[in-house]
Formats: sequence, structure tokens, C-alpha cells
Amino acid sequence: MTDAIRVTGLTKRFGARTVVDAVDLRVPEGRIMGFLGPNGSGKTTTIRMLCGLLTVDGGEGTVLGLDIRTAAAAIKRQAGYMTQRFSLYEDMTVGENLDFAARVQSVPGRRARVAEALDRMGLGGRRDQLAGHLSGGWKQRLALAATILHKPRLLLLDEPTAGVDPQARREFWDRIHGFAAEGMTVLVSTHYMDEAERCHAIAYIAYGKLLAAGSVAEVTAAAGLAAADVSGGDPELVRRIKALPSVETATAMGAQVHVAGADAAALAADLDRLAAEGLSWRPAPANLEDVFIHLMARRPDPAEAAR
Amino acid sequence: MTFSLSRVLAMMLKELVQIRRDRLTFGMMVGIPLMQLLLFGYAINADPKHLPVAVRDADGGPVGRAVIAAMQASQYFDVTLLPATEAESEAILAGGAAQFVVSIPPDFSRRVLRGERPGLLVEADATDPAATANALGVLERLAAHAADRDLSGPHARLRQGAPPFELIVHRRYNPEGETAFNIVPGLMGVVLTMTMVIMTCLAVTRERERGTMESLLATPLTPFEVMIGKIVPYVGIGYLQVAFILGTAKLLFAVPMVGSLALLSAVTVVFIVANLAVGFTFSTLAANQLQAVQAGFFFFLPSILLSGFMFPFRGMPEWAQVLGEALPLTHFLRVVRGILLKGSGWGEVALDVAAIALFAVAAGAVAIRRYRMTLD
Repeated sequence: MTDAIRVTGLTKRFGARTVVDAVDLRVPEGRIMGFLGPNGSGKTTTIRMLCGLLTVDGGEGTVLGLDIRTAAAAIKRQAGYMTQRFSLYEDMTVGENLDFAARVQSVPGRRARVAEALDRMGLGGRRDQLAGHLSGGWKQRLALAATILHKPRLLLLDEPTAGVDPQARREFWDRIHGFAAEGMTVLVSTHYMDEAERCHAIAYIAYGKLLAAGSVAEVTAAAGLAAADVSGGDPELVRRIKALPSVETATAMGAQVHVAGADAAALAADLDRLAAEGLSWRPAPANLEDVFIHLMARRPDPAEAAR
Repeated sequence: MTFSLSRVLAMMLKELVQIRRDRLTFGMMVGIPLMQLLLFGYAINADPKHLPVAVRDADGGPVGRAVIAAMQASQYFDVTLLPATEAESEAILAGGAAQFVVSIPPDFSRRVLRGERPGLLVEADATDPAATANALGVLERLAAHAADRDLSGPHARLRQGAPPFELIVHRRYNPEGETAFNIVPGLMGVVLTMTMVIMTCLAVTRERERGTMESLLATPLTPFEVMIGKIVPYVGIGYLQVAFILGTAKLLFAVPMVGSLALLSAVTVVFIVANLAVGFTFSTLAANQLQAVQAGFFFFLPSILLSGFMFPFRGMPEWAQVLGEALPLTHFLRVVRGILLKGSGWGEVALDVAAIALFAVAAGAVAIRRYRMTLD
């Protein structure tokens, strides 16, 4: 299988600040790659470099077999980029926006393709509505429709589901999987763990550095975290558990507290001591959130560290 | 309703912080008044002197020379050209190379001394009545005594009574001295400058401010395509404005339209493009629509003051004229007034059109260079 995205050492600097630092990324064709990481970690910058919106300061690689440093124009014709912020024309109707996108992309059989996109996205009834009057979920559908009009081989989606309700998110992901089944490659950034789990593979980036990549199972296993669910006890419990030396993360989940730590034996010993006070605990699988917090903890914010 | 000083204070402090953040606005608060002070204080002069005069002296006698000398001495006239024929003088006036043409007929001096009161023809380019009014007033006064020194001895009696020669003044192109004839065609250039620069500047800045630029850049559109696509619709809008102003000029002000409207339309497109290119360049500098309007104003102000629209171009000091020559409006005003009032043809306007075209090319080149295909 060939790679739709294959970059090594990708670097971007804004002034003295290195926003993306030597990132290696490989996305095989037809796969959905989830791109995760905290705000300001360099996800958007990476995506913008991949589609030629930002010049690359270091590193090399290809997108759809085209050199990202020299073939930005060709990449733009074959990739579809959906921005984080809604970036279509709010003072134009749904139909006018799609028509413009189709013309700009020189889509053959424009009318038919616009009609097809409207139909596919369920936008047919809103064709003459102003884009600015659409709600968040509909705007997102419109943006996606405009992005796929020219049948791109690669979709770059920057937090497409931010601020969208669960039902719309679910439908959106069904569509993404539909596209992948047709052979499209998708790189999608997100903050939602459930969305990460719907990806074939994920990449986790923090402070511009790629910290983990692989399938969800691989990334979780590689972290080697032990986790447990603790129940019983008062609302103060979380604070006490967080103070335990072996615990890296503790999250209150209703009446339970989910804990995780790198040292399984120490965690068990600490929790056993709590059990003596009448609490109960049982081992649980570590989740992606545990892993990410664990990864972040080992990589302090360079800006904080400099202080 | 209550009034809380601390709430008002919070609001005021917030405003000050935001004003300080917006560097360009801050700069404009100082820059615009400074520019106005300098331009109004130093450049503008409602009493233009040293106006260029062409003298066709078919006589060569002492009285004619004395009159010319007196004109020079008044500071209002500078003899710059000496045409030999009537056709030459006509071309000078039509092309705008001189503000006045003085024609001294053959045998002028002799006829003066004989007391025949010959005519001395002064033709003024009166397209801008303000530029010639004072000079012509001075001329009337000095004519009476310009030849006094030559009228000595037996001719001394000619000094008394009526002037020894008849001063014939022709206010060419605008005989009634209608200010509207000058202002209304000029307004065409002013309106185009104002709307074209600001409209394109806004059109591009809006894309950036609303975030739509990011989508646009991700498409295969090239900077040149974006620029052409943005500019052409406004050329059409510019033409509508021109048609409207010309129609109004004709109907309400009865502004004469001596020259070819086809030529005027052809030249107008060059001028519109020049202004659009300026707007496009500004849009690459402005971060938001407010800054775009400010930048437009920064260009508009010198255009209106230094182009000869509001104040006679020839009344300005040298440096201001040099600045004025660099502005497309200056040349366009000459072209419009030339075509409408003087009936100028291609030959007369070519040089000014070339200047506007040069400006358009230069501004377009800057715009293309500055326009980024990436978000860097």
C-alpha cells in the first residue's frame, strides 16, 4: 500500500518559536488518521503545511506523491482542506458557495456535481439559504460538501466537529468512513477521544513534537499504563487519590474515580492501602486520555520550563 | 438606571488598551493631522504665482518687451515658451504647457507710439478659473503703466487717460469662468479614486478578516487570478459611476463636452485600474477593514489636495508639484478637463495617460509581490 502522506522532520518556526518540531508522519492511502494533541500543539500548522498554505522551514516529504516544498499547486488540486473556523462566504447561499468552490476547482459537469454534493450531504432543502444563517452542524456539512466537490484523493479536516452536537458528529463520522471506503485518505484533527477511536490510526502531538503514533491499541499498549476504578468514599476522594505518588491521573466519573499510573505494582500497593479504609478498587483498562496525560506529563511545556 | 463610575472607567481603560494595540490606527491619529497640517500649511496656495506664459512676439519692439518685463516683474507670470506661429501657440494652450499665451501683433510698438491703441491679445487657459483670476487682475492693472518708460518726451501725453494699448483677454475653454466646469469633471476622478481604492482594499481585507482567505488559498487559485477576479467587477462599477457623473454634469451643470467620449472612456479604464491596484496593495498591508479604510484615506487626502482638484496645481511649491505628479489623479484631471473642455485628442493626453499607466503597472507589481499565496 502506498502512502498518501509521508513526511519526515517537518518543521515550522514562527520567529524564534518552533511550532512544529521535526514531525514524522505516515498515512497510508485509504486510511483515516486521527490527529490529536492539546490546543496550540501544532496540529493546524502541520495540516496547513501539508496542503501548501504554509511554507515548510525544515524536513521533507510527499503528499499524494508530490513534494510538499515544490508542488503546492498540484497538491491543492488533489487535496481538500476543511478549515477549523468556518471559511465559506456567510453572505452567499449554500448553492452559491458550492458553485463558487466548483468553479474555482474547475470541476467538470459543475451543475451535476453541485447537485450531487447537495444531495449527498442532505443540503438540498437549504440550497437557497444564506450560509451565515445555518447552525453549526449545517455549516459543517456545507464546508465538507465544498471540500469534497472536486473529489480529492486526500481530505485534511481541522477539528471539523468542534461545537457540533453528538448526533451530527456521528453522522459526520459515518460520512468520513464512507469516503475512506471509496479510497480517500483522511487526516482529521480532533479533541474527542471517541472520535480518535473511530480512526484507523492516531498521531499525538504536543508542543510541536510527535509523541505517539499507531492504532489506538498500539498507542495504549506502548504507554504501558496501569489503571483502576476506585469506588466508595466521599467527594474528597479524588483529591486524596491525586496525592498518591503512584497516581498520574485521577478522574471523577460519577461515583467512581478512574486512576492511572506508570508503575502497576506501586499503584496496586497505594490503592490497597485505601482499600483498608473501606474503599474498593478493581483494575481497569487504561484509556487514551490516560495515555495522553501520561505523555504530556513527561514532556513539560517548554515555555513553562523556561520560566 | 444607575451610573457607576467604576464601570465607565473599566470601559475607558478597555478602549485605551485596544487603541494602543491597533498600531495603524494609532499612527493614523498622528499621521493624518500631520499630513493635513503640512499640506494645508505649505503646499496649498490659493494665489498662484509664476504661471507659465508663452509669448509670440511678432513685433519685437520696445513696448512689447516692456509689457513682458512688467509681467515678469509682477511675479505672477514666467515666460517659458516663445512660439513662432499661431498654430504653435494654440497647441501650447491646448496641451496645457502654458497657462497664458500673449500675442504681440506686428508693428505693436510703432502703433502704440502713434497713439493708435493697438490690441494686445492675452489668451488664458481658464479651465480652472481660480488659477487665472488673480493673474488676470494683476495684468489689467499693470497694462496701464507698463509702457510708461517708453512713452517719454513727445509721447508723454499718451501716459494720461486710457492705456496706450487695448488689452484683449480671451478666457479660453471656459469663457464664463464657471467653477463648476472645472470641478464637476474633476469630481469624476475624485469619486473614482475614493471608491475604487477603498472598495478593492475592503474586498481583499474582508476575505482575511472573515477567515475566508484560508479556504481561498487552499484552492488552486493563483494570486494573479484572485487579483484580476477581484478587480474586473469594480472596473464595471467605476464605469457606472462615470456614466452617472457625466450624465449629471450635462443635465444639471451643462458642462461642455467638446472632446471624444470614446477617448475619455478608454482613458478612464487605465485610471480605474491604477486605483484598484493601489487598493489591492493597501489590502496586503491592512489587517482589518478599519485599517483598509484608513489606508484608503491616507491616499485620498494627498490626491485631493495635491492633484489640482481643489487648489490650482501651478500655485503649489515645487516639491508639492513633484508629489502631485506622482499621483494618478493629477494626470487624470488634466485628461478629463482636457477632453471635456478643450476637446483634447489622443495626442494631447498621451503623456498623462502614459503616466497613469506607469503608475498602474508599478502599483500592480507591488500588489502581486506583496500578495501571499500562503498564510506565512
